[in-house]
Amino acid sequence: MGNFQIDFGKRDRVVGIDLGTTNSLVAFMDLTGPKVIPDPSGSNLVPSVVAVSPDGAIVAGPEARRMLITHPERTVYSVKRLMGRGLADVGEELKLFPFRIAEGSESVIQLLLGDRKLTPPEVSAHVLRHLKRNAEEFLGEPVTKAVITVPAYFNDAQRQATKDAGRIAGLDVLRLVNEPTAASLAYGLDKRKDGIVAVYDFGGGTFDISILKLHEGIFEVLATNGDTHLGGDDIDNLLLRIALEDIASEWELNAPLDPEGVQRLRRAVIEAKESLSFFPSARIELEYQGHAYRREIDRALLEKLIAPIIDRTLGPCRQCLRDSGLTPEQIDEVVMVGGSTRIPMVRSAVEALFRSHPHTDLNPDEVVALGAAVQAAILSGEVEDKLLLDVTPLSLGIETMGGVVSKLIHRNSTIPASATESFTTAVDGQRNVLIHVLQGERELARDCRSLARFDLKDIDPVPAGMARIEVRFLIDANGILSVTAVDKRTGKETGVEVKPSYGLTDEQVEKMILESFEKAGEDFAARQVLEARVEADNILRATDKAKQNDAWLALSDAERAAIDRAINELLVVYHAEDHRLILQKIESLNAATQKLAETMMNAAVGTALKGTHI
Amino acid sequence: MSGYFELLGLPPALTLDAAELQRLFYERSRQWHPDRFARKPEEERQRALDLSSRLNDAYRTLRDPVQRAQYVLAQEGLDAGPQRSADVPPELLEEVFELNMALEELRGGDISVRPQLEAARASFLGMLAAAEARLPELFAAWDAARRRETLAEIRGVLDRRKYIQNLVNEVEKELSAAA
Repeated sequence: MGNFQIDFGKRDRVVGIDLGTTNSLVAFMDLTGPKVIPDPSGSNLVPSVVAVSPDGAIVAGPEARRMLITHPERTVYSVKRLMGRGLADVGEELKLFPFRIAEGSESVIQLLLGDRKLTPPEVSAHVLRHLKRNAEEFLGEPVTKAVITVPAYFNDAQRQATKDAGRIAGLDVLRLVNEPTAASLAYGLDKRKDGIVAVYDFGGGTFDISILKLHEGIFEVLATNGDTHLGGDDIDNLLLRIALEDIASEWELNAPLDPEGVQRLRRAVIEAKESLSFFPSARIELEYQGHAYRREIDRALLEKLIAPIIDRTLGPCRQCLRDSGLTPEQIDEVVMVGGSTRIPMVRSAVEALFRSHPHTDLNPDEVVALGAAVQAAILSGEVEDKLLLDVTPLSLGIETMGGVVSKLIHRNSTIPASATESFTTAVDGQRNVLIHVLQGERELARDCRSLARFDLKDIDPVPAGMARIEVRFLIDANGILSVTAVDKRTGKETGVEVKPSYGLTDEQVEKMILESFEKAGEDFAARQVLEARVEADNILRATDKAKQNDAWLALSDAERAAIDRAINELLVVYHAEDHRLILQKIESLNAATQKLAETMMNAAVGTALKGTHI
Repeated sequence: MSGYFELLGLPPALTLDAAELQRLFYERSRQWHPDRFARKPEEERQRALDLSSRLNDAYRTLRDPVQRAQYVLAQEGLDAGPQRSADVPPELLEEVFELNMALEELRGGDISVRPQLEAARASFLGMLAAAEARLPELFAAWDAARRRETLAEIRGVLDRRKYIQNLVNEVEKELSAAA
């Protein structure tokens, strides 16, 4: 027994992270199973929001979400949609998302937040760091290794960007796991039977469908499909557009609603959407700058609006069925993942397509993180009876004559997967060969996603057509490509220079890691100050309110003076950059107001009791 | 570099038991998958990555009868090159000629040829099935006697199959474009 525990303790802790579009979670495995780690306030979900506060400090999570309302121009959300993408990819999106983009964002987007420029991997790194800290506080030990989940349909650049985010956050990313596959792992824990399972994962910004074969602890993905730009965000934007149009005509504004107003409205719209999953009608309400907007929306209207969005998930589902060579009847179970699967219309559409009642027994917000924790335990050796065999979602090919793509590794190939291809030279004495690698299903290079250009260098100079360079393309278990080349004439490995079409270079990532080390101390202090100020705001507001109460008049003059003194002292240190000082003055104000609070409490209880007697 | 059959621990035969193939694949995946080596030194991790990628390539190739046959043909030095499947098999000359005429008319906007094209597609699909139905018998013949004539015959079937498949694809493409 003792030995077992010592052995267990020796293993490096690996956490599982669900880096979501809307919310992120961190989970770990203990002896009883996977558990989500709550943040200090007890919440399991950490908003995937990052903000640069006016004093330059970067905050993530709940605080950043509050700043989304107060400082929308300094706050970024749904950044997952921008991972591994260039400016040209997101033009449409940016019309609806209020982000400012810096010059030079062709291959990596640079977001302008206050006076800071941040790339999507850096923004995600701040969310990851927040989760890492939560986990460290909860577990009472350093956390340096993680499994991070990604949408199954993420391409190479999007995966690489996620891995970069982990590195920048100081995490050794042992594995990227596809979200639906992770969900099946969590789900498979209590259902040990064999069979075919479809996982329908409809989240905040992405949609995935995966079909798996479960056999004695092996989770073999047969096929996957999806859309990395389809999610609950799209529903929010639909409703938001309608509400904005209403407001423009009702309020007779000369200018469009300002960013703060838009963010408040967005929140109201999301609340209405969410409550429509449980009630037949809901209300979108906004009071802002002396105006009031109120609109009743019923489920029938919502369903009419979102039907096209739900329809867009069904095409990938049918393709996935075709690719796995199965009919709907052969699917034993359908598992629902992601917050958007709470919508009744989504559930009925899935039920109609697969002709079986979908499972919703696990919390759709948490199941991916739980599965990531299981995969983490597989990697650390704690779980030995399970194994994931995942696939690559997109075909990999190279550009050949006339811009045609020659496919080397087909989609839905089990990963790791590889292909070997021979290349030769076209000109006498040629020293370099350039290979353009693409991902996608289309015939022509211009319709596929450019992944990278690989430059094979220092080829032995020989007459044209005599060189024989054998190139091996390898997709690893994370779904990320690497390329090696051998000059068959000399038997020597050929140098390969990679020019990724999208994303950060290794040097850029290294630089960001260094910067984050330098900033870490600074950021941490700034965060503590900010937290202290939030706490100060709360108590000041509460005290202010208490002064309106009869209890205030019941205090002695000396007691009232003591409270006013404590308030002034807190206000004096409020803007100091020392969180300890602020907390100390909060403590004094707390002590000074204790009697006031008690008196109010007694009065409240008295009123309540009186109420029951009548 | 060891061959696909060797990787899976199978004798190099064209006739395969699918259930046994899957069992062996799962068994080796449990041993070689990179997940099993996450805590091992870099060198061992690389080896696992290399080995499991080739195991996956082997399984993908061997579980499909056509890919399996192509692999064995290549191993035996009988490549079914793309130019071979571009030649029209003599017995199909007439049908292909008529098909091309009909396709031309459809492209020109004449939708009255649709039924004819649909019939042609059905007929080609029948030929495809017939060609594939010959494979098990040829596979068994090769496994028993290892005669090169058998391989040449298998290559003939694969070429014909590929040619017909291309025709079917072409017809389907034009039909859906005209729809």
